[in-house]
Parts: sequence; structure tokens; C-alpha cells
Amino acid sequence: MGDRFLFNTRDNVDAIFNWPRLNIIILQVSIIGIIAIGVTQVIILGGIDLSSGSIVGATAMIVMSFAQTAIVNGNPNPKAIFGDWAMDLPVLLPILVGLACGLIAGTINGLFVAYTRIPPFIATLGMMVSARGLAKWWSNGQPVSFPTESYAALGKGMMPVVYFIALAILFHLILRYTVYGKHTFAIGSNEDAARMSGINVDRHKVLVYAIAAMLASIAAVVLSSKNLTAQAGMGVMYELDAIAMSVIGGVSLAGGRGSILGTVLGALIFGVIISGFTFLKLDAYYQEMVKGAIIVGAVVLDQWRQRRNAAGM
Amino acid sequence: MSDVQTNLSGSEAPHSARPLGDVILETRDLTKHYGGVHALEGANFILRKGEHVAIMGDNGAGKSTFVRQITGVEQRTRGEIIFNGQPVQFAGPLDAREAGVETVFQTLALADHLDVADNLFLGREKIRFKLGPFSILDYKAMREATLAALQKTGVKIPNIHNTIERMSGGQRQCVAIARTATFHSKLTIMDEPTAALGVQETAQVENIVRTLKEQGEPLILISHNMRQVMDLCDRIVVFRRGRICANLKKEETDGQDVVAYITGAKTQPEFEQEFA
Repeated sequence: MGDRFLFNTRDNVDAIFNWPRLNIIILQVSIIGIIAIGVTQVIILGGIDLSSGSIVGATAMIVMSFAQTAIVNGNPNPKAIFGDWAMDLPVLLPILVGLACGLIAGTINGLFVAYTRIPPFIATLGMMVSARGLAKWWSNGQPVSFPTESYAALGKGMMPVVYFIALAILFHLILRYTVYGKHTFAIGSNEDAARMSGINVDRHKVLVYAIAAMLASIAAVVLSSKNLTAQAGMGVMYELDAIAMSVIGGVSLAGGRGSILGTVLGALIFGVIISGFTFLKLDAYYQEMVKGAIIVGAVVLDQWRQRRNAAGM
Repeated sequence: MSDVQTNLSGSEAPHSARPLGDVILETRDLTKHYGGVHALEGANFILRKGEHVAIMGDNGAGKSTFVRQITGVEQRTRGEIIFNGQPVQFAGPLDAREAGVETVFQTLALADHLDVADNLFLGREKIRFKLGPFSILDYKAMREATLAALQKTGVKIPNIHNTIERMSGGQRQCVAIARTATFHSKLTIMDEPTAALGVQETAQVENIVRTLKEQGEPLILISHNMRQVMDLCDRIVVFRRGRICANLKKEETDGQDVVAYITGAKTQPEFEQEFA
């Protein structure tokens, strides 16, 4: 009976849709997607945030230091960063530490962008380098490991996906229905007009950069919890993946245009492309090359769309 | 069609029957020097409620400098501005706006990616639930107020949900003007509102200005277009070389007369000593 089929469909499906592999990609896309929610807002504002990947690294190191458990397999924690006082803390504490890290880093980004008027590209590039330095300095490049059970539970299973969807819905509503969202779009669309209309543009910029960095630090908590460890190299290039998701999702790098819904779709498309490459067993190097081409292609498409709009079509 | 039509007669131009009210704006000896350049010198100017005054003059005559002092874009060198009975010193355009001076700039201050209602209420959104920067917007109230404002100013925009970038120059100008009319401003200033518009769009903007006139809203209009000035304004103030050289009631002047003042062929006797 079986030889009526040219090949065994069931087995092939299993080979292509390799669940563990797909699972890894879905989780990774969700975590970078959380960052992309913040990056989307910064780009709509007319800025850019290159620091989010490094903020993930630095925050993960710091947070994990406050999430460690004292006893591992009956022995004292070999990776302990601090003394006993920082061991087995309630899970809320490392979360708050993480949010504080994001708040500080994002506020510094925002203050530089808003008040020194240096291009956001430069301000966040500086933060990208400095935060990565902090991540490496924190434990001399050593990983920080062995979190408490309650901390490890934060990123267990499909939890990252749940956080991504919940945060996406929350910020979709915020951008659509609050003054914060309206002003973000207005500043990205025409900063002078926003200023003339009485919007406190500088303060708003600080707020948006702070929220973006806090979303990156949430991603750091989820990622370090899922991996049960924090490493100084965590989150490298995540900022570019997040920007790519936003741009693929229709966020205009010129500012004033975009949506969280678009970015979620961008994240999905991004995930499908990456998983497609993986299942085609395409070399990781090719993946990066193609990723770069996709980003440039999406920007070209955005430029073309803007010209078409400007022509009143 | 040239802007300078000398054959227009002020007395034959349309007049509004509406009486004028109290003085809304007065400047005394208003002066602005940029270093050694005397851009504006001793301007004494009065505007009454319900009055539409045109400011004319050659390029560099001081028209825009005059407006920039009133709207707080620049800080004056000397002189007094009395607005609504109070001496004022606006720190910036925002300050002036809060006091009730609305300006339609040559470069429109609109956010292209937002729709009409968003732009009308930019910076002063209606709120349904107050929560700091995360206050919930009251879209319904803003939409209704927008429709009312458009009706009041006679602006016809097919779909107020269209973003500004999808609109013609005339429609954009109309939105900018409707915004000034929405917030019960005490004084509207327009700087060349139709300079970049076509014939039909210009007519649309002029209709709005007429509506403002009927509603008794005072207006200062900077324009090079003689026909427009004769059609829309009660009075023409002419600037030359940084000074006011004529203050003409429309019914006592005509196009040729105004051009003579603009070019310097004539100066009104009361301003003559300033040019001596």
C-alpha cells in the first residue's frame, strides 16, 4: 500500500518541520520582537536605537547577579557575583533591577538625543559600545549562572511568546489611543510643527528612548531566564534584527509612519525567512548576507512608497 | 495675472457692514535692529476687533520682521506691544499662541502623516481619561469638533480621515487656517497664505478669510496680491525701508495709490518726518 506514494509524506514533514528547531526560532523571534516593539517607537519618532542589543547584554549580566541561587547541587554557587545578601532574592527584585537598567540607559540615550541635538545614530552607537563594555567588565567576561527556580520559571517554555504578544497588544493600544502615541507620530512626522503646537518634544524623546531601552531590558530578563545564564555576548546584533523587523513591517525610517501590528508581522516574516534558511540547511553566513539585503530592500521599498505618497497617488 | 493691478479701486471693492470693536493690538515705537541693520523702526500700529488689515511693502520692507516681533519669534530691540489691553512680552511663538495670537506661517506647521483632526488638536488633544503622557484620547469629541470647525470656516475637505500628505496645497492651507479658527484665537496673522496656491485654491482660502470677517475675528494679512488685499481687508498699512509710510483706509485709496506708497513715490504727510 505504501508504495503507491512516491515518498513517505509523514516522514518528510517531520524532517522539514523539525519541532525543536522551529521552537528555538519562534522563541528567538519573540525575544527580539520585544526589542522591536521599542525600536519601532523610536523609529516612528524619527530616531534610531542601535544600543538595544548591548543593553540586553549588560542588563542580563546585572539582573542575573541578583537572581542567583545560593546552593547548587549541595555546594555554594560557583558563579556567585555578590555575597550571601544577593542570593535567593524574591523574583520581583531582579525584574525591578532589570527595568531600572533599561530606564537609566534609555534616559541617557534620550537626554543626549534631545538636549545635545547630536544625531540619534551617534548617541545610541555610543551607548551600544559602552553597554557592551559594561557587560564584559561586570564579571571579567565570565558568564553569570544558576538562577533561582522562580527566576528560571519566567522564561520557561513558550513564555517568551506570551510576553511578546502581550507587550505588542499593550503598545499597539498605547500608540493608537493615547497622547503618548499621537505625539510620537507627530514628532516623527514634523518636529517643528510639533514644537510649534506646544508639545514638549525634548521630554517626549527622553520618554520614548527610555521605554525602548526598558523593553530591551525586559527581553534581557526573558532571555537570561530562558537560557539559565547570562553572558557578556548576549544580544549581539539584536538591534539590527529588531530594526529589520520594524522596517519589514512598514515602519518608515524617515519617521512618522508605522505600527506595532506591522512590526509583529515583520517579526513573523523575519522568523519565516530565517527558519526557511535553516530548514534548507543554508549556511549561516548566507543567512546574514541575505538578512542585510532584506533590510536594504525594505528601506528601498519604503522610499519608493514615500515618493508615491508625496506625488499624491 | 500680475499681482500688482493698479486699476483697482478701494471704494468699489466689497465692504463689510460689521462695525469694529475695541483695540485688540497696538504697537508703540516697535523697533528691531539686527546688528547695524535697522529692519524695523518705530512702528506705531493699531488693530481693532473685527478689523482686517493688510500689510504691504516691497521685499525687505520690514513686513515679516514686524510680524515676527508680534508673534514672539524674535525679541524686539525697543518699543511696546499691547495685546488685548495688556502690555505683553512673548517669550516665543508658543507663548503668543497661548495668549491667543495664531499665526499661519508660510511654511505650514502641519504633521503630514496625521489626519485633519489630529492636526487641529495637535498639542491640545481632547482627553477621555487623564493619565499623564498615557492619557486616553477622545477621538469622538475631536472628530465632532473638527467637523464643527470646518463648517464654521467653510472649509470643504472630502474626508477628514485623510492624512495631510494626501491633500492639495489649498486643502493644507485650509486645515492650517481652520486650526487657528478652532481655538477662538483673539488675533489671526497670515503670512502670504496664498503665495503657493493655484487660482481655485486661492479662492477657497479667501472664502475662509471672508468667513472670519463675518465672525468678527481680527486679522493681519501679509500679501503682495493687490486684488486680494482690496477684496479682503478694511485697511492697508504700507511698509518701506523698515518704516510705516502709509495707513490707508480702503475706501480712500486705489491700486495705483498703494503702489506709489510701496515704491516710495509718495509718503503720507504724517509719516514724512521719519523718512527725512
